[in-house]
Amino acid sequence: MSNVATSATTTPPGVGDPALVFDDLSMTFPDGTHALDHISFSVERGEFVTVVGPSGCGKSTLLRIASGLEQHTGGECNVDRDSIGYVFQDATLFPWRTVRKNVELLAELHGVPISSVADRIDESLALVNLTEHQEKYPKQLSGGMRMRASLARSLVLQPDVFLFDEPFGALDEISRERLNDELLSLFKAKNFAGLFITHSIAEAVFLSTRILVMSARPGRIVADYEVPFDYPRRHDIRYLPEFAELSGKISHDLRGAHP
Amino acid sequence: MTIYVEEEGAGQKVAAMSGSLGAVVAAPKPSREGLAKIVGPMTVFGLFIAFWYFTHHVLMSEPKKPLVPVPHEVLKQSFFTWNIERGTNGSRTGGGLLKLLEGLWSSVQVAGLGLGIAIVLGFVLATLMSQATWIQNSLWPFLIAIQAMPILAFVPLIATVIGPNFKARVIVCVIISIFPIVANTLFGLLSVDKGYHELMTLNGASRMTRLFKLQYPAAMPSIFTGLQISAGLSVVGAVVGDFFFRQGEPGLGRLINLYQSSTAYEQMYGAVVMSAVLGIVVFVFFGWLGRRVVGHWHETRSN
Repeated sequence: MSNVATSATTTPPGVGDPALVFDDLSMTFPDGTHALDHISFSVERGEFVTVVGPSGCGKSTLLRIASGLEQHTGGECNVDRDSIGYVFQDATLFPWRTVRKNVELLAELHGVPISSVADRIDESLALVNLTEHQEKYPKQLSGGMRMRASLARSLVLQPDVFLFDEPFGALDEISRERLNDELLSLFKAKNFAGLFITHSIAEAVFLSTRILVMSARPGRIVADYEVPFDYPRRHDIRYLPEFAELSGKISHDLRGAHP
Repeated sequence: MTIYVEEEGAGQKVAAMSGSLGAVVAAPKPSREGLAKIVGPMTVFGLFIAFWYFTHHVLMSEPKKPLVPVPHEVLKQSFFTWNIERGTNGSRTGGGLLKLLEGLWSSVQVAGLGLGIAIVLGFVLATLMSQATWIQNSLWPFLIAIQAMPILAFVPLIATVIGPNFKARVIVCVIISIFPIVANTLFGLLSVDKGYHELMTLNGASRMTRLFKLQYPAAMPSIFTGLQISAGLSVVGAVVGDFFFRQGEPGLGRLINLYQSSTAYEQMYGAVVMSAVLGIVVFVFFGWLGRRVVGHWHETRSN
């Protein structure tokens, strides 16, 4: 636990106040799999960083280390673990709870009285447009609605850092684009530090302020792009030439990243 | 403008119509299915009763006919006769509904208490086993052994050691019905998806919180599957275990035994039918209870 310090102590002066810092981070699993190799970058509040990379390159491992689900073997990872929102690949809603009860879960687990966060629960449900469906059970919802409920759940405790582990990978294209729009309005409303993992280049370009391309295992950062679009981003920026150009560059890097 | 309004109106009308059409199409479907649900089993039951009569009238030779009394005689003598005193018309055992109900009550007590103990004990064992691999490894072989052993062979032993009393009958019942509860509860507790566990880990949930907020609720469908099987077995334990007990309150099993040895065949069939009814009622009850408890969220238990 000594490697989990507050960000202020390790941040060089003048860099701002990153909420999440990876400093020369490496990870080798006990079975010898070398997953991550000398990863260094940081994410500030108001930044939305997306990591794209080939399957199995260790992108998800990065999130698991940041959240404390895995222990890294080299370097540093600095983040306040009490202020992380983790959005899984699956919605991981409890099927025996209604949407509202699912959204209440994290407050319950952290011993926060539900009555004291009732407003925030209402707000979270409203932000993901589920107010009308809050008394439904997950089996009554579509895949996209389940994912939105999952997002609402992670909003209640108002984390500074959001980790997204390919949250929309299992959705159809239309639901995915709608959820991208909704995620962006959440990002603008809450101004969190976002770290997003995806396979989809279009999703990465549409959402992010910055995109990191990772190589095949052991994962290294091989390219780093600033995304030139302002927020709020309209749905149709996807058809701008700059969007296509950046997508093309990332695609090219990814091809090079494959072994 | 008006055109749009009209179109909208028409659209709504179509939607409403298709809605009602859906209802019209859907409505007879469940009732047809409902009808099929009743007609099918009733037909099979009718065939069974017909075969019973056929056995009596055709298959059995004249001297053997009393061994398979016809259904209406069984009903008349054991269910629609309140009480036949011992010695009436030379009967050595008597019979009638009163004795069946007394036997039923005795068996229900044994099965009920036995099942109750099996549920509590099974639940505790499964919970302990879910908490540590070494506990699971230590207990599992013995649970398998209990499941694999012919329990009925142990009944005389239990009756000898404990005495042929209510306590012994309950113990037989517990042994025979505990395994499905342990196995299904344990399976339910251990087969919670990793993602849910990680969610709990990330939010600092303690072992107890994890158990009560995640594992027990998630295990409910399998727990009810186990309950339903165990409940059926507890009736088997209560009735069949009875064959070995010749003292104390006569349960259904002892009545069957008694009527058989004194060739009161109508009465014996009556007792057999009564024990079948008990088993089926218990099975249906736990199925219903399971649907009530988890049907609103669990996919396969909802219909």
